[in-house]
Amino acid sequence: MSVQRLFHASAAPAELLLRGVHVLDPRSDLDAPHDVLVRAGAIAEIGAPGALPAPAGSDVVEGEGLHLFPAFFDPHVHLRTPGQEHKETLATGTAAAAAGGYCGIVAMPNTSPTLDSAPLLRSLTAHAEREAMVPVGFMPAITVGLRGTDLTEMAELRDAGALGFTDDGRPVVSAGMLRRALQYQRLCGGVLALHEEDPSLSGHGVMHEGTVSARLGMEGIPSVSESTMVTRDAALAAYEQGRVHFQHLSCVESVEALAAWKAAGAQVSGEASPHHLTLTDEAVRSLDSRFKMNPPLRTEADRQALIAGLRDGTIECIATDHAPHARHEKEVPFEEAPMGVTGLETAFPVLYTDLVLPGLLPLELVIERMTAGAALLDLPTPRIAVGEPANLVLLDLAGEWEVGARGYASTSGNSCFEGRTLHGVVRLTLAAGAVVHRAPVEVAA
Amino acid sequence: MSQHLLSIDDLDREGIERILDRAASFAEVAGREIKKVPALRGRTVVNLFYEASTRTSSSFELAAKRLSADVVSIRAATSSVTKGESLKDTVQTLTAYDPAAIVIRSPHAGAAQLVARWTDAAVVNAGDGKHEHPTQALLDVYTLRRRLGALDGKRIWIVGDVLHSRVARSNILALLRMGADVTVSGPPTLIPRGIEALGCQVAPTLDRLEQADVVYVLRMQNERMHEAYVPSLREYAARYQVNAERLKPHQLLMHPGPVNRGVELSADAIDSPQALIAQQVEAGVVVRMAVLYELLANGPAAPGEGAGSEATPEAVALA
Repeated sequence: MSVQRLFHASAAPAELLLRGVHVLDPRSDLDAPHDVLVRAGAIAEIGAPGALPAPAGSDVVEGEGLHLFPAFFDPHVHLRTPGQEHKETLATGTAAAAAGGYCGIVAMPNTSPTLDSAPLLRSLTAHAEREAMVPVGFMPAITVGLRGTDLTEMAELRDAGALGFTDDGRPVVSAGMLRRALQYQRLCGGVLALHEEDPSLSGHGVMHEGTVSARLGMEGIPSVSESTMVTRDAALAAYEQGRVHFQHLSCVESVEALAAWKAAGAQVSGEASPHHLTLTDEAVRSLDSRFKMNPPLRTEADRQALIAGLRDGTIECIATDHAPHARHEKEVPFEEAPMGVTGLETAFPVLYTDLVLPGLLPLELVIERMTAGAALLDLPTPRIAVGEPANLVLLDLAGEWEVGARGYASTSGNSCFEGRTLHGVVRLTLAAGAVVHRAPVEVAA
Repeated sequence: MSQHLLSIDDLDREGIERILDRAASFAEVAGREIKKVPALRGRTVVNLFYEASTRTSSSFELAAKRLSADVVSIRAATSSVTKGESLKDTVQTLTAYDPAAIVIRSPHAGAAQLVARWTDAAVVNAGDGKHEHPTQALLDVYTLRRRLGALDGKRIWIVGDVLHSRVARSNILALLRMGADVTVSGPPTLIPRGIEALGCQVAPTLDRLEQADVVYVLRMQNERMHEAYVPSLREYAARYQVNAERLKPHQLLMHPGPVNRGVELSADAIDSPQALIAQQVEAGVVVRMAVLYELLANGPAAPGEGAGSEATPEAVALA
């Protein structure tokens, strides 16, 4: 039985010739200028630059000097629907994804009400089929109401299209409860994505526990709050031969634990966010609530460990944890502000500017890690190859833009990169065969 | 001095000394029968207190009044803040009255920084969460300097609940800037991880307390016991109470108040001649006068404002 797990509004399939673009897809071993022809929403031909004639009725994009990558996939975003549409909707969240070069995103269940039942999932998938510009997958809750006490009807949810399960925003505090979910996974499948935090250690913490929290007098969230839970849950996954994915890893100890359990044969994977890869708790000295998220920004050593983990494959993929909040909610003292930052519109440019350009990570690796989330959820990986659906992002790597200067496609503007000048302008995004984003200028019709 | 006093980080040693010298000149005024100077006549100082406070709010109020400012004092419990008005809306409302300064006390770190973003008035941090309480540190340094002269090389121990203390953080910074040698001591559960990065030392016990020239004792709040930071106040007092036995005759004793008698301090220590607690309170008014004066009267004069930079309080008082 094949169950549909990604949902989006129907759009006209693209008819498009991308002429002379530098195609870069490490999985297809492509790294050179080519013409790429998209017909009826699929990649029809890849030829030498200038070699392909434009069929009648197709758009032509002059791509000289621009790069074409497989579009990105984000396994971790918050679309705030239902219940918090003042922060984000399916329409604006997927528009933000399109603007960031994504062809697929996965929505978390900490909505109001919680996404924890099949009827709610069906209504959301129907909603996505009307509003979502970019394919969206849904991860319902592991436990009812994210309360950690009763399992959701995981089998029925899987039949209704659930990609996997998560209590994201909260940990599954009880080891026994997580063990039951892992046992039940044998029946229904679906990855368990885990937000790792021991509340008895994180307490009311609002930032990383360290020298900066000591200076600011704010309650800290120690790294061991995360890493001890990674260790515990990897052990449980190994024992039950289940599959778990660790969300938004933030510290050295977690990367070490993940590497050790992988080496021991556990089916575990991990993600890291652009903000944890590029910022540290030093940013919190500004007391600006845009630097408040959970897990918190940690130290330079932690950041370097995440980069190294991404490089050596311990961490498989990049996820934004796009967490929109309204301006009035964030315009309060740091300790009062909600956790979370947006990320879809800045993910690639910030990684390109802060990690690729300074030589910390190769460009191909960043592209690989920004598309690898799909396979972790048993979805096809976006690829540039003849016959594949057009999931493509066209970037001007030499272009610069100031974050927030032209507003955001997202309903919310709580970006921790606001005001920064970044390299890498997304010119065009194709998702599931349709053009979903065009930069306002420069793209010739 | 910058436009605001949000943190001790806004001041270098010279800036601290200028405020303390100014405070000393105001101390003379305080000795007169008529304790007012007209430096801030016609200007408005708003005290916005989101937390209960007796000595800080009353001393700010008195300081502003002695500088002849009009003073509006707003307590969280009696204003629209209890009706759910946001800090931003409250500050913008108050800013419409065109205050020269807003003095803010908040239970949240960074509140004063935010207020400074939302108003043209000078902002004085009167305590933000567990972050900072810069005027307390200034009055403590003032009190110590009057007694000891320069603080270079003086050994100062800060004892007790450093974790939850904005007073400790501002004092560590101010005392280090003044050249003192600072050690914090208390139960390991109440010493923040990483505090030594500020430049102080950490001593887990009071065994070496006799090395100190000054013992600065912090308030130990009852609720810390319920939060399991210490097993009991009894055990806390046994290990960390500063009493007549632990306090040596050569040492000075300070406390930001209010004191829990019999917990962090014994009655005999409080009442000992080494205690500077009353002097600290007394210093509160003149130091806060000096802060308001430096921010409002001694900087570049606001458009249409008479208080020039040449005017010393003495000259103004005689005018």
